[in-house]
Amino acid sequence: MSVRVAGLTLASPVLVASGCGGTGRELAAYAPLSTYGAFTTRSISRDARPGAGGPTITETPAGLVHATGLPNPGLDAFLATELPWLLTEGARVVVSVVARDLGEYAEVARRLATAPGVSAVEVNLAVPDAAELGVLDAREPFHVGAAVSTVLRELPRGVPVLAKLRADPVRVAETVRVAADAGAAAVVLGGALPAALPDGRPAGLSGPAIAPLALRCVADARSALDAAGADCDVVACGGIGSPEDARHALDRGAVAVQVGSALFHDPTTAARTAAALSPDEGA
Amino acid sequence: MSPVHVTAEVLASKRIGAFQHVTLVAPGVGERFRPGAFVAVSVGTGGYHLARRAFWIHQVRPLGGYAATVTLVVQPRGEGTRWLAGRQRGDRVEVTGPLGGRPFALPKEPVPVLLVGEGYGAAPLFALAERLRERDCPVNLVLGAPDEAHLLSALEARRTARAVTIVTGDGSVGARGSVADVLPEALRRSGAAVVYAAGPATTLHAAALAAEEHGAWSQVALEQRTTCGTGLCLGCPVPVVGEDGVARTARACTDGPVVRGDRVRWDDLARGASA
Ligand SMILES: Cc1cc2nc3c(=O)[nH]c(=O)nc-3n(C[C@H](O)[C@H](O)[C@H](O)COP(=O)(O)OP(=O)(O)OC[C@H]3O[C@@H](n4cnc5c(N)ncnc54)[C@H](O)[C@@H]3O)c2cc1C
Ligand code: FES
Repeated sequence: MSVRVAGLTLASPVLVASGCGGTGRELAAYAPLSTYGAFTTRSISRDARPGAGGPTITETPAGLVHATGLPNPGLDAFLATELPWLLTEGARVVVSVVARDLGEYAEVARRLATAPGVSAVEVNLAVPDAAELGVLDAREPFHVGAAVSTVLRELPRGVPVLAKLRADPVRVAETVRVAADAGAAAVVLGGALPAALPDGRPAGLSGPAIAPLALRCVADARSALDAAGADCDVVACGGIGSPEDARHALDRGAVAVQVGSALFHDPTTAARTAAALSPDEGA
Repeated sequence: MSPVHVTAEVLASKRIGAFQHVTLVAPGVGERFRPGAFVAVSVGTGGYHLARRAFWIHQVRPLGGYAATVTLVVQPRGEGTRWLAGRQRGDRVEVTGPLGGRPFALPKEPVPVLLVGEGYGAAPLFALAERLRERDCPVNLVLGAPDEAHLLSALEARRTARAVTIVTGDGSVGARGSVADVLPEALRRSGAAVVYAAGPATTLHAAALAAEEHGAWSQVALEQRTTCGTGLCLGCPVPVVGEDGVARTARACTDGPVVRGDRVRWDDLARGASA
């Protein structure tokens, strides 16, 4: 079932969520990467980040609390090794990016602009512990708008920007309108919610625990965007763990879903969901 | 060693001492097994437990008409381990395996080796001992536990190894004390060129140190908490020193679980620090 998402034609409405597919190699052991509508990379920063010391993830009823510290090899290493490998495996690649400030966002986007094979750029504005991690804290909607327009300005036409936002139903309507005004071709709802590890360290909450909040965000975002007449898609994320979850989100106005932490429970979740949603298998 | 995700069936579940030996029919897992590999089990039902629990593959053998059944040694203590230990014959369990980018590395020459295990953590050493014996490596074993009930397969150990040292915290079998107490002597007597260790981090650290003092290599099987076990979640950081001498963070599940003992930054590991 091919779908249009943020102006791209994708083979499936099921995408791999950022930070949940490893480098791609680990996931490729269970299904070809071409199975997914797109593979969203873990958030890549200009400079390499070692990530936090353990334990960085704990389980909570129906969810995970995580503070991994956005580990990644940095943009240069990513472009030199991981991106070409993903492309040879047949993946559609959405590069998730994170940066310290607008200047660094511009720099990262400029370098991505000349990298072949980048289908889209997802700006990670849902980092729940941004201040601690030293990345742009998109607390207010205008931060979201500024980051989106900064990245968009540096990219060639045809490479859309997706804005990943936290699953905060309180501010979702105003935030998605700002993202759309700034030129985001899609908003991804919803990233982790601010939470804490048992020892009090700031962290994010994901998983089925936030699914109802994310679903509310999807519905509210779609109506807010429609009311504003904005040409901006909604991609659902957050607690999607089955074809049924995916259908609920699609019924509420999402054009696609991202499967994330469910992959930690079963690495075949996204592939099975994609198969169930394709007309050949789902009938 | 590409892993598979399968719905396994419990073929047998047997209480032995403090452990539950759970045998699974998990097509494709046992066939790809190498000593030091593990499986990740999705515990509970309904996605309430998102994090998975890792278990060493203890034994792979033909049983009940199946070519390669997989036996795990479970010490029931928390929700996940109690759930798995409570599965009955015929129950279904979601497992992924065999996992671990690096299982135990075998020596090229038939050198004497020392295997060190503690509690259920000794589980991966038995299959390793067999592979080492096939390569004509004289196998020496140190097995430790707090008490007899937590001592894994001491009888079987005597069949596979040339010399076995047993040590328990309460002295119920073997010497009284800890694995670390008996390591220097075991190393001296065995003349081991390689030390293989599996168990809690403190034991692994002791084994790595003792090996270094003795001039031997060490291969330690790490047991970091693994949310996914498959390399996807980036939640199992291990502070290491790379081949180039640069400090970095490895993933216990895919860059391990077996690493060279002299590569781990043990103090940082204990503190939960990263590069
Ligand atoms: C490579 C490897 C091999 C292992 N082999 C064995 C074995 O052979 N036999 C054996 O008995 N045990 C083994 N373990 C240990 C076992 O997987 C853990 O002790 C197990 O996770 C404990 O689970 P529990 O639910 O019983 O404990 P609990 O006491 O319920 O867990 C403690 C707390 O930690 C949380 N938690 C537990 N596991 C995780 C996780 N993976 N990620 C995030 N949060 C978590 C729980 O939710 C709970 O809050 C192995 C571990 C590893 C890494
Ligand atoms: S446990 Fe998930 S990456 Fe290692």
